[in-house]
Amino acid sequence: MLSKSQAKLFFFLGTIICSLLFVGLTIDTFRKIPGLTHAENLTPSVARGKVLWEKNNCMGCHTLMGEGGYYAPELTKVYERRGEGFIKAMLTDPTAMFAGQRKMVTYKLTDQEKDDLVAFLKWIGEMDLNGFPPKPTLSQENK
Amino acid sequence: MKFESQRVSYWFFSVCMLLFSLQIVYGFIMAFAHIGYDNLHSIIPFNTARATHTNLLIMWLLCGFMGSAYYIIPDEADRELIFPKLAYVQLIAFLLVGVAAIIGFHLNWWEGRKFLEIPRPLDYLVVVNVLLFIFLIGGTILKGKRFTTTSLVLFFGLLMAALLYIPGLIDSDNQTIDSYLRWWVVHLWVEGVWELILGAILCYLLIKLTGVDREVTEKWLYVILGFTFLSGILGTGHHFFWIGTPKYWLMLGGIFSAFEPIAFLAMAFFAINTARKGGRNIDNRIALYWSVGCSILSFVGGGFLGFAHTLPAVNYYTHGTLVTAMHGHLAFWGAYAMIVLSVIMYTMPHLTGKKIQDNAISYFAFWTSNIGMISMTLAFAVAGIAQVYLEKKVGLEFLVVQKELEIHFVGLVLAASLFSLGIGAFVYNFISFGKPCGNLLPRNRK
Ligand code: HEC
Ligand code: HEM
Ligand code: HEM
Ligand SMILES: [Fe+2]
Repeated sequence: MLSKSQAKLFFFLGTIICSLLFVGLTIDTFRKIPGLTHAENLTPSVARGKVLWEKNNCMGCHTLMGEGGYYAPELTKVYERRGEGFIKAMLTDPTAMFAGQRKMVTYKLTDQEKDDLVAFLKWIGEMDLNGFPPKPTLSQENK
Repeated sequence: MKFESQRVSYWFFSVCMLLFSLQIVYGFIMAFAHIGYDNLHSIIPFNTARATHTNLLIMWLLCGFMGSAYYIIPDEADRELIFPKLAYVQLIAFLLVGVAAIIGFHLNWWEGRKFLEIPRPLDYLVVVNVLLFIFLIGGTILKGKRFTTTSLVLFFGLLMAALLYIPGLIDSDNQTIDSYLRWWVVHLWVEGVWELILGAILCYLLIKLTGVDREVTEKWLYVILGFTFLSGILGTGHHFFWIGTPKYWLMLGGIFSAFEPIAFLAMAFFAINTARKGGRNIDNRIALYWSVGCSILSFVGGGFLGFAHTLPAVNYYTHGTLVTAMHGHLAFWGAYAMIVLSVIMYTMPHLTGKKIQDNAISYFAFWTSNIGMISMTLAFAVAGIAQVYLEKKVGLEFLVVQKELEIHFVGLVLAASLFSLGIGAFVYNFISFGKPCGNLLPRNRK
């Protein structure tokens, strides 16, 4: 039967090998992220948009790239789906587009800030996400 | 209980009870909002309720882990805690930071990153606080008369949990890098180093409750934790499928995470077997119920329900839906909430000197909260599967689908009421134990 020192060896070897592999893969991933996310399009406006996204915790209701709250629409492809005008209208007065529905916080954003958030969402929408979000395969419209 | 300084645990556990109760209140706020009763929206919008709900969870679990360590480490090291007064200072500081964070969430002061919402300046205070904690238990181990595997595993679990908080403090303009590092904290906590804490505490409780041989138990602890890291570290890849990271993560993350349930399964088998062998004449049966229940439900919630959506072909559709919420609830409950409640039930008779643990209310609390939580999981599961089909497969609008799901949230509220009744009984029981006092045990060790 396995002895305690063998069990210990199994634990340490497994952990060390896997940790090293993980760090190695992380370094490789970090080298590839700029290409996959089109970092060349990451303008100062996009970066400011990201700060606003975080400062207001939009992720507490919405998912982005599938991460966040499950209370409000997934926003990864919202730029493609709704366009700039619609998004800005939402950020000005959420009840304008969806009256009587679930509530979104009404933000007091400047025009510049709205531009930044739109730029951020547009940039997210152009990333290579391995095909996420899925195309609805049972949709009547696709048939 | 052997040492006076172990009593500080009691105060950590009372803070647990308080924060846990508050967490449940915010759970109800969100469940009602999902049904359409969002009357509190102007003061507590959904994102505030969510951040408060999840952060209170993490805070009370950490508080429970610390309380457990302050009880277990002196016992294992066979000496008083070094600087016991500082442990009280640490608790108060922890509570103050927590309260400041919660108030901040209500004033739109936070970092909008799921589970890591605590505002940055407070993050640094958390780090200082945890360093103090690590110093106190580390010093106790070093100065102690006895080094046991159990206490070392517990210590390194807590130390690594503190260190892994740091990747979450690195800023980036790139959302993908941000998300990647967020998983270093969130995933490597719950499917990595927190399992060290879980395993060590479970091991300690089984040794104390059933009197099994320490050498055998600790050997299996190494084996189980070996499986945890063998699968769990590269298993982080199951969060790197759709966030702008290379394609190889689809395969790596899928394969390695698929093996993660093994560690949970082994833990469950081990706990059940130990309880069978040694569980006949024990004087704290309810603590054994919680410990074995913990090992089983952590497999069901973490292992089984985690596996259910971890393969890329499935996760492609379930990613970021209520299916995740289903898994999150039972996994956190089974693995981490239940282990803290196990320690509380085990230590209370020692801390307060009152042997009232084996009463009807204890059993009522156990069964009601567990049946309630399993029902909540089912409600989330039905809602989640319906959401995946209608929204992701059929392609209906998000809000149209959500209208259809409201009825399942009525189910959730009913199940959650049952759950809360059980937790209410648990808290009532906790209060009936009274204040910490009573005699110390003669210093004979097991
Ligand atoms: C309290 C929850 C909440 C918060 C916080 C929130 N939203 Fe929303 N958002 C919603 C809901 C709910 C909808 C769905 C429309 C409705 O009912 O108003 C929505 C809709 C949207 C839409 C339109 C999506 C579509 O597909 O039609 C956009 C764009 C949007 N939000 C952006 C944001 C941004 C940017 C932030 C952060 C500054 C934010 N939201 C914060 C709840 C929230
Ligand atoms: C009794 C009451 C509870 C209710 C009504 C409740 C309800 C909810 C709701 C509605 C959400 C938000 C889902 C969304 O974003 O739309 C949520 C999130 C969450 N809750 Fe609870 N909850 C309760 C108790 C608990 C307990 C006891 C735990 C842990 C043991 C827990 C852990 C979590 C976690 C981890 C999340 C985040 C899930 C994710 O992001 O995937 N909750 N809860
Ligand atoms: C006890 C241990 C576990 C806990 C507490 C836990 C908790 C959670 C939580 C809270 C989330 C949501 C995270 C977020 O979106 O920010 C999550 C996601 C996930 N978990 Fe776990 N988990 C555990 C174990 C496991 C295991 C063992 C597996 C796999 C076999 C697994 C597979 C997953 C997957 C695939 C996701 C991503 C869901 C998505 O794409 O939205 N989990 N887990
Ligand atoms: Fe994970």
